[in-house]
Parts: sequence; structure tokens; C-alpha cells
Amino acid sequence: MTANVSMTLFDIVALRREFPILNQSVNGNVLAFLDSAASSQKPRRVIDCLEDYYRRYNANVHRGIYRLSEEATFAFERARGKVARFINARSQREVVFVRNTTEAINLVARSWGDANLREGDRILLSIMEHHSNLVPWQMLAQRTGAKLEFLPIDGEGRLALDNLDAQLEGVRLVAITQQSNVLGTINPVAEIAQRAHAVGALVLVDGAQSVPHMPVDVQALDIDFLAFSGHKMCGPTGIGVLWGRRTILEQMPPFLGGGSMIKVVGLHESTYADIPARFEAGTPAIAEAIALGEAIDFLQEIGMDQIYAHERELLGYALERLTEVEGLRVYGPRTTDMRGGAVSFTLDGVHPHDVAAVLDGEGIAVRAGHHCAQPLHAYYDIPATTRASFYLYNILEEIDRLVVALRKARTLFG
Amino acid sequence: MIGMDDLYRELILEHYRHPRRRGWLDHPDVSAEEHNPLCGDRVRIDLRIENGIITDARFDGRGCAISQASASMLTDEIVGMPVEQAKQFSKDQLLALIGIPLNHNPVRIKCALLPLKTLKVGLYGVGHVPDEDEM
Repeated sequence: MTANVSMTLFDIVALRREFPILNQSVNGNVLAFLDSAASSQKPRRVIDCLEDYYRRYNANVHRGIYRLSEEATFAFERARGKVARFINARSQREVVFVRNTTEAINLVARSWGDANLREGDRILLSIMEHHSNLVPWQMLAQRTGAKLEFLPIDGEGRLALDNLDAQLEGVRLVAITQQSNVLGTINPVAEIAQRAHAVGALVLVDGAQSVPHMPVDVQALDIDFLAFSGHKMCGPTGIGVLWGRRTILEQMPPFLGGGSMIKVVGLHESTYADIPARFEAGTPAIAEAIALGEAIDFLQEIGMDQIYAHERELLGYALERLTEVEGLRVYGPRTTDMRGGAVSFTLDGVHPHDVAAVLDGEGIAVRAGHHCAQPLHAYYDIPATTRASFYLYNILEEIDRLVVALRKARTLFG
Repeated sequence: MIGMDDLYRELILEHYRHPRRRGWLDHPDVSAEEHNPLCGDRVRIDLRIENGIITDARFDGRGCAISQASASMLTDEIVGMPVEQAKQFSKDQLLALIGIPLNHNPVRIKCALLPLKTLKVGLYGVGHVPDEDEM
């Protein structure tokens, strides 16, 4: 059984040509990049955008009274506006540039958390959280005496919300992923937010795996914070976003102190800038922020609905074809309903590292390990999984190659 | 380029499928367990030591073919070896023993070295273990 590549809603062949890195062979085979959940590839226009900044208008932002600095500042702030429109923020002042999802979540934990949480307060997470949406809350709990609570999952790898209202008792913050980086499960964030708000809790959403792959509208979800990373959505590394509800951000103390985040500085005390500058101490990742704006233009020209539909087709095909591999177990939902394109699995008798090494021998890039979700792997009592994840540039033929290579791994170690 | 066939030579696959010395010792003189937090690999090594000589060794754990085959070959190798000599057993010696090229992917080298790290933790005791670079 072999797929054809003409199923998709946009011209996939032309689109793949936009990504220079895909045009190479690895171990004698055309590269099949199935690790976009870890970091996506970049289209030529994003790479060009970085170079254009450094060649043509590199200068620090927000300070210089000269043309280059004005141009850099304009481009940097225009990128902020693109991010705001992309997630339907009410104002671009609600968009704080940070390094990545991890830094965004740490910012909220350090700033909002330290200022607001007291001993006995509760933070509600789930057992499927990435370490970046777990460890900052553990550290906050240790500083403040707050307690962590965890939403369980059911047999299909979906959140079990039967006891949500009871679990929300005494909760000040719900911090939850919109899409699991291991199970692919898409969580009903809007419903959780509604019920959390009913008891006065705030809601932070880890959007690292959702924002790159589907339309995300912070007003429709009615959440309070959203964190995501540029490098997983065709943008550069080193740039990420914390979106926060304006009324909450305005009440929050600074995270890092230094240049840019101040109004007036004396020797003994200072007053702080308005949002978002208050949370952006020091020279930001200027080129990277501008290039993230370019990546957003690129994604929006294709359309987030189209990207979601394309990945759903890949996912459905993968879930179907992987059942043909003897001894293979997929974790997470078995249908494409409320599920994104990250497929983690184990193969009987073959350790995930060995699976990944065999696949690499065929030019197929996947990830093996615990994917920064050790508690979830402990729950399933497995040390590691192998994960194939899809993005807009992947094709059905790559899934065919994956299946062939997995059979080869079974034969080699069987 | 080092291909898959170099990594999974028949010797490694043989030890992975049929590990020697897998198990625990009753009342071992030395027992140590180490983890590789990156991939969740785990190796435990038990030793019997008599008059400064390692007279028996067992390993247990779970992990990839490289780490488990390495543990199998290493425990086989050190039986009969003086403790002082086992303490000096080097990274290069281990990689030569299992036949993995030194310039291979550093992530996989870590898998191969986990049993050696476990052995040294056991022999040196906690707090006196040489870094991986020094092994």
C-alpha cells in the first residue's frame, strides 16, 4: 500500500521547495523530517528575513534617534502586532516577547505566582504536562507553600474531567497544555477555563504544540495566559511569546530587572515601564522577533485551518498504517478527533533509541526518549517512547517509509 | 559517516538478545545503580569481591541495545580482574570492547558508557566518581 501525495489542500510539492533543508539526503535517502514537535523547519523567507535584518538595518530598538534604529524598532513592533492578530489578542500590549514557552511560564510563576500565591493555595495541572509546565510550578510551590494538584487521564489518553469541579476547590491557577507533545491529545481548554473562572481561578495555557498547528483565539478560549515558542512554528529559536490578559499583566511586578523595563531609575529605587516593556528587560532577540512575524505571515497565507486539515489527514493515515506493524503500540487517542499530529509509540522488543537509530539509517528523523514528560511515561510504566510528529510540509509517502523502516527494526531485533 | 550497520554489529545484537550475567547477586559486596536522565536507561551492577579481586558480577536494568549489550560485555570482562585495575578501566577500553567507534554520535556513546559509570560509582563509592571525560 502506497500513498499518493496529491490529497492535500495546498500545493505540497511547491510548499516543500520553500524549505531548503528538506532537499537533502541522509544515509542515502531523502530526508523525512518527522520531528517537528521538537522544532520545525524554516522556510526560505524566514531565513532571508533574519539575514536581511543583519545586512540592512541591524540596530538596537527603542533607543536610537537614527534611521536604522527607527527601522528596526518599527519592524520589531510590527512583529508584535502580527503575533497579536494571529492569536486574536485585544491589544498588542498583551504580547510579551520572551525566549520560548519555558521562559513565558517561568515569568508567570515568578511574577504573578510569587506576588499572589500563599501557603495552602492550589495549582491545578495535568499528568500529561511537559516539564516546562510542571517544574516552574514545583519551584513556585516550594517558595510559597502552594500545593500542586493533577488532572488524571483516561484509557485513551484524554483528560478525565469527571471530578474537575471538586478538583478546582481552592485552586488559584489552572496551568494546562492545549495539546500534549506525547499523546497528541487536544484538551478542551475553553470548557476548563469556563469552569476554572467560575471558582475565581486563572488559566494559563501551554500552547507550544497547539499554536503552530491550529487556529488559536485567546478571546474565544477566554483564557488568561498563553505561552508558545517561535521555533516550533517555522520561526527562529530564541523567540517566544507570553500573551496575558491586559488587566492581569498590568498588576504583575517585573520578572527581570534592567534596561528597557523602567520609567525612572534612581540609585535606590526605580519605577517600572508599562506593559509589555516591563517584562522585556535588556536587548531583545530583535532579528528573531521580526522573523517570527515573517513566519506568521507565511502560516497565515496558507491558512491555519488548511494546515490543521493537512496534518489531520497525515495523522489519520499514520494511525491506520501503524496498526499494520506487529508489536507496535500507539499512546494517546486512536482517532483524529481532538488529536494533533504527534504520534508516540513503543515497539515490542526494540528500545525506542534503537528504533530511532534504525529509522535514522533510512533517513527518517524521529525523536526517542521521554519527550520532557517523565511523569506521563511513569504513568504508563515505560521508560521512553518513539515519536513521529507531522507538520505542513510532511507527506503520506513519508509515513509509508516509516512503516517499512519499523518493520525492518522488528526484523533486526526480533 | 557511521551507518546503522556499524552501530548494531552482530556482537552487540548477540549480547542484547542473549545477555550474559543478567540478574542480581545475593548480598553483593558492591551494588550500584545509575540512570541516564535523557533517555531513561537504567543499569544496576552487583559485584562479589574477594581479596581485592572481582570474583562475580551481575547486571540488571532496562534500556537500548547499546546500553544493555555494553553492560553484558563489561560485567563479563571484569570478572577475575583486580579492583584497582577495574577502577582504571577506561572509556576507550570499553568502546573498543563493544566495538563502537569513538567518533560516534555522543548521545549513543552516553548509552554505551552508562554501565561503566555504574561500575565506577560502585567501586569508588558516592562522591569519588571520575567525570565521564576523565574515564
